[in-house]
Amino acid sequence: MGLLSDPVRRRALARLVLRLNAPLCVLSYVAGIAWFLALAFPPLTQRTYMSENAMGSTMVEEQFAGGERARSFARDFAAHRRKSGALPVAWLERTMRSVGLEVYTQSFSRKLPFPDETHERYMVSGINVYGILRAPRAASTESLVLTVPCGPESPNSQAVGLMLALAAHFRGHIYWAKDIIFLVTEHDLLGSEAWLEAYHDVNVTGMQSSPLQGRAGAIQAAVALELSSDVVTSLDVAVEGLNGQLPNLDLLNLFQTFCQKGGLLCTLQGKLQLQDWTSADGPLQGVQTLLLMALQQASGHPHGAHGLFLRYRVEALTLRGVNSFRQYKYDLVAVGKALEGMFRKLNHLLERLHQSFFFYLLPALSRFVSIGLYMPAAGFLLLVLGLKALELWVQLHEAGVGPEEAAGTPGSSPPLPATQRVGLASLVAPLLISQAVGLALYVLPVLGQHVAAQHFPVAEAEAVVLTLLAVYAAGLALPHSTHWVLSTQAPDRSWMALKLVALIYLALQLACITLTNFSLGFLLAATMVPGAALTKPSRPRPLRAALLVLTSPAAALLGGLFLWQRLQEAPLSLAEGWRLFLAVLAQGVLAHHTYGALLFPLLALGLFPCWLLFWNVLFWKC
Amino acid sequence: MADTCFLGQGFSTLVGLLLLPFGSLAASQIEDQAEQFFRSGHTNNWAVLVCTSRFWFNYRHVANTLSVYRSVKRLGIPDSHIVLMLADDMACNPRNPKPATVFSHKNMELNVYGDDVEVDYRSYEVTVENFLRVLTGRIPSSTPRSKRLLSDDRSNILIYMTGHGGNGFLKFQDSEEITNIELADAFEQMWQKRRYNELLFIIDTCQGASMYERFYSPNIMALASSQVGEDSLSHQPDPAIGVHLMDRYTFYVLEFLEEINPASQTNMNDLFQVCPKSLCVSTPGHRTDLFQRDPKNVLITDFFGSVRKVEITTETISLQPDSGIMESRQPNRKMTKGNAVWKRRLMSSDHSSIFLKGKWKLKQ
Repeated sequence: MGLLSDPVRRRALARLVLRLNAPLCVLSYVAGIAWFLALAFPPLTQRTYMSENAMGSTMVEEQFAGGERARSFARDFAAHRRKSGALPVAWLERTMRSVGLEVYTQSFSRKLPFPDETHERYMVSGINVYGILRAPRAASTESLVLTVPCGPESPNSQAVGLMLALAAHFRGHIYWAKDIIFLVTEHDLLGSEAWLEAYHDVNVTGMQSSPLQGRAGAIQAAVALELSSDVVTSLDVAVEGLNGQLPNLDLLNLFQTFCQKGGLLCTLQGKLQLQDWTSADGPLQGVQTLLLMALQQASGHPHGAHGLFLRYRVEALTLRGVNSFRQYKYDLVAVGKALEGMFRKLNHLLERLHQSFFFYLLPALSRFVSIGLYMPAAGFLLLVLGLKALELWVQLHEAGVGPEEAAGTPGSSPPLPATQRVGLASLVAPLLISQAVGLALYVLPVLGQHVAAQHFPVAEAEAVVLTLLAVYAAGLALPHSTHWVLSTQAPDRSWMALKLVALIYLALQLACITLTNFSLGFLLAATMVPGAALTKPSRPRPLRAALLVLTSPAAALLGGLFLWQRLQEAPLSLAEGWRLFLAVLAQGVLAHHTYGALLFPLLALGLFPCWLLFWNVLFWKC
Repeated sequence: MADTCFLGQGFSTLVGLLLLPFGSLAASQIEDQAEQFFRSGHTNNWAVLVCTSRFWFNYRHVANTLSVYRSVKRLGIPDSHIVLMLADDMACNPRNPKPATVFSHKNMELNVYGDDVEVDYRSYEVTVENFLRVLTGRIPSSTPRSKRLLSDDRSNILIYMTGHGGNGFLKFQDSEEITNIELADAFEQMWQKRRYNELLFIIDTCQGASMYERFYSPNIMALASSQVGEDSLSHQPDPAIGVHLMDRYTFYVLEFLEEINPASQTNMNDLFQVCPKSLCVSTPGHRTDLFQRDPKNVLITDFFGSVRKVEITTETISLQPDSGIMESRQPNRKMTKGNAVWKRRLMSSDHSSIFLKGKWKLKQ
């Protein structure tokens, strides 16, 4: 007989599973966390290298010398901007035309779902200005983009000045094989999103944007620039984009090689790069950088205009100039040379960047971890859920088989079908109710903001956040309501069936999330798996309830926030942290409605109902 | 007056009689000299220069081929005897900061594209099929004359190939490959069709030596830029243009060829020494076992140039017509002409094939 169909062997197997389960789960969980932390260490992390043959080495002669011109453009821009209060569109058009570009504008407007308190805007309308430098001897089939997002609190005047000076410099050369688009957007990312949607002729976020008059071919790569000072001490690069998407690693390698060639100080996540990876210092700092990148990627927020380009499979980076208190400073010419080199090399491309990795983690600017090496970490964590589910399955079957053997007579009807039947009903009700609460969490805050604002003395934004928290807390009171629906004869063991279903549901969701956004999946798994695995309706309820609340999605978010601030070396007190948390909640909902970020719906419609199932299991009446 | 004439006549006959043995000795020396003019056995030169790569980042392969083309033209092979196969997408590439030029040296010292380059097979016409058809002569009748290799059994052919290659194959334009076995078979077809006298095969690719491993036809000498398992490296990085301009092996071969002029007596052993491992990083290789003559007797100009030798002499050389061939063709042809005219025609290596082919045989 086969191993699984022989009842004696099956029982032996079942006993083995039950005995070994707890130590295996613990081992697996610890292995997952340890693997993730070990990603920053040498065998798992490799040096970056350029994979695209057409881009080759940094063998270009940078001739950019327009530093003075860039500064004067920046001064004019800042002055005009102060005068008009918004983006000086006429001045930009005039200047771009004088530099030799084909200039076009685009207007856009959007009414946000509720007022954005961080950026202080609600009804947003603006104008994007862009100039196209046509390739002298090529058909306009491909293009590159240099974009400067301008917002009320981030003037980016020097970035605009540098962009215009670079445009003037590029115009004097005949070796461009792709068109170059110089884009200045208003209202930061909202303008970028409007321009991208109009360029690709789609409408994914409900933005009203006027169609574009001038177009330049498929965009191969984009660089977003943010500079607010005449001199910089370092250049910080941001790669994480919307929903955790990343650009092709070759683009980052390109930037890093030009940093080295020009002797620029380049940082990742704001941290200086240690060159020495033979001792433990390098890897330890790598762990911090890795955690920061994981937190940034998990948030799913576009950390710069580049994040929005990634949705259209345009490889993009954001470069931020940082002016700190270091001694050695670089002027705009150095930054301009690095950009010129990058664009010259991107010009050599014949196809889209595809040779290097799309999924990776970065412990340092010159080191990366590829997807094949970091996936096992998430695999180990999800294995815990699988093992627990297996254990419950075995226990359920033993419970079913036990009474049969005790009865002894094969003809008598076993109580198993009855158990199963009631089990099914007692499964469906919690599922439906949890999902309904999740739906309420997703829909109510934005829908009910006006009603809430009328009845309570709060602003709309605060109303949204408070509704969120209220629905979340209401969900915690759920188990009592669930039991009203169910009949009172819910037998002892049916909580196991519910927990089994919940475990499988959680495992499936986390696996799907991990495939596209590894950091989000891993961090959620790391926080939710212990709670999910250890939940059972046994006596020390308050303790288990506390553990489960601590491992809920909201708590994971809060914990992530504190960890992020700690890693940035700006730790928060509890009150500050709570305020930041509320702001982050509002931003999360807003990002979902304005850019299509998926963190909010995932948590509200997917993970929160799943977590509520475990909460139901905990408060099972037995 | 009459007695002086009679004395003069007698005196001259006496001198003639005395000089007769010297005369016969001199006549045999002239014949030896005449033989020396044909010691290499070839009477005309052809060159087939193939660059198998396209795209901007393969600039150096086009520059390699054009450098060899330039040297070969300078040493005397005319465009009508050169079959040049290039992708030719460098000079007018939108990425070229100096349009209509292809440079082979840094700082734009030498423009090998020039203004008189004649590309026979350009862009997508550079395929394995076209290359093999050129070599074997199996060409559709509509092909223009400039695209044909019209060689015969007295032709010395130089075949130069460059591009991306591997162990036993050479990649043509990113879509197909030619294997070393196909190449060896093509050369054997050439031998059987008597399409060459001697062949010099030079290849500058990674693992180039694998391409000549399989040759089995006689009279082939081969050189490669690297051994199996080695890569051939590029040279001359130019930041202004943004690409490498040449490959190492061809760069040093070009420097070597720049010192050759049509009268050079440099032989093949010197060519084998070009680009040692210290300069080339890869180990160039060569193969001479199929070649009849000793490489030290083979002049560089036997393959790279088309040397026309002209020597004026007042001696006569008797030519023995080949009676068998003479009876079958054109019996009315005049068999005697001014000796000087015949001698000039004999010595002119280019056109002698047309006159000597099948009809006349030198007394060897």
